[in-house]
Amino acid sequence: MRISTGYGPRPASGGFEAASWYFNRISAIGLFFLVILHLIFNHVTTDVSCTSYQLIALRYANPYWRVYDWLMLTLALLHGMNGLRVVVDDYVGTQVWRVRILWLLIMVTLVLFMVGTVTLITFQPVAGALGPNCIK
Amino acid sequence: MYKGQSGMIAWLLHRIAGVAILLFLVIHIVDISLLGFGPNVYNEGIALFSTALLRFISLALVAAVFYHALNGIRVMLIDFVPWCVRYQRSMFWAAMVLTILGFIPVAYFIIGPIFGLHTGNAASGM
Repeated sequence: MRISTGYGPRPASGGFEAASWYFNRISAIGLFFLVILHLIFNHVTTDVSCTSYQLIALRYANPYWRVYDWLMLTLALLHGMNGLRVVVDDYVGTQVWRVRILWLLIMVTLVLFMVGTVTLITFQPVAGALGPNCIK
Repeated sequence: MYKGQSGMIAWLLHRIAGVAILLFLVIHIVDISLLGFGPNVYNEGIALFSTALLRFISLALVAAVFYHALNGIRVMLIDFVPWCVRYQRSMFWAAMVLTILGFIPVAYFIIGPIFGLHTGNAASGM
C-alpha cells in the first residue's frame, strides 16, 4: 500500500488521495490570506481584551464578516483534518486502527463544522449587549 | 532522502505546527460557540485570552501560523514549479526569516499589554 506523506511528489494515481492532495494545496492559498488577516484583525488592529460579545455584535451586523469567518472555519477544518488524516496514516501501524481513527476524525469534523456553522448563522445580539466593546 | 537535512527539519516543523494549529482550531470553535450562551458567558470565556499566560501561548500559535503558511508556499513552489526544487534549502531559510519578521510586530501587540505598553489597539471596534 502506498503511504501518503502529504509532502513531496504528488500522488500519481487519481482518486481520493490525489484529490485530497490538491484540496490541501488549493485551500492553503485561501487560508494563507484569511488566517493572516484574521490574526491582524484580532491581535494587531484590535487587542484581544477588546474581543467581546459587543464587538462580535458590531461585526456580525455586516454579513460579510460571517461569510469571512464561515469560509475560514470550513477551509481550516477540512485542511487541518485532512492533514491530520495523513499524519495518522504515517504513524498508525495497522489498517484497522487507521480506519477507526479515520471515522473518529470524520465525526469530530462534522460535529465541529455544525457547531461553528450554527454559531455563525444563529448569532443575534441580545438586547442591551451593545455597549463598549473592551472588557478592561 | 530528507533525513537530517533542512528539508527534513522543514517537513517536521511543518507537521508539528500544523497539528498544533489544528488543536487550537478545535478549542477556538468551542470558545466561539459560547456566543450562543449570551454576553456574560462569552465575555467571561474569551477574557481568558487576555491573561498573561494565554498571551504567551498565543505567541506560539502566531509563530506556528506564520511558519506553516510560509513553508506551505515553499512546499507548493516545490510541487508545482519544477526548477524551484533546486532552491528548497534557500526557500526554507527564507521562510524562517519571514516567519521571524512577521512574528516580531504581531508579538509586540500581543504581549505589549502585559508590560503595560499602550500598543494603541485597545480602543478600536473593527
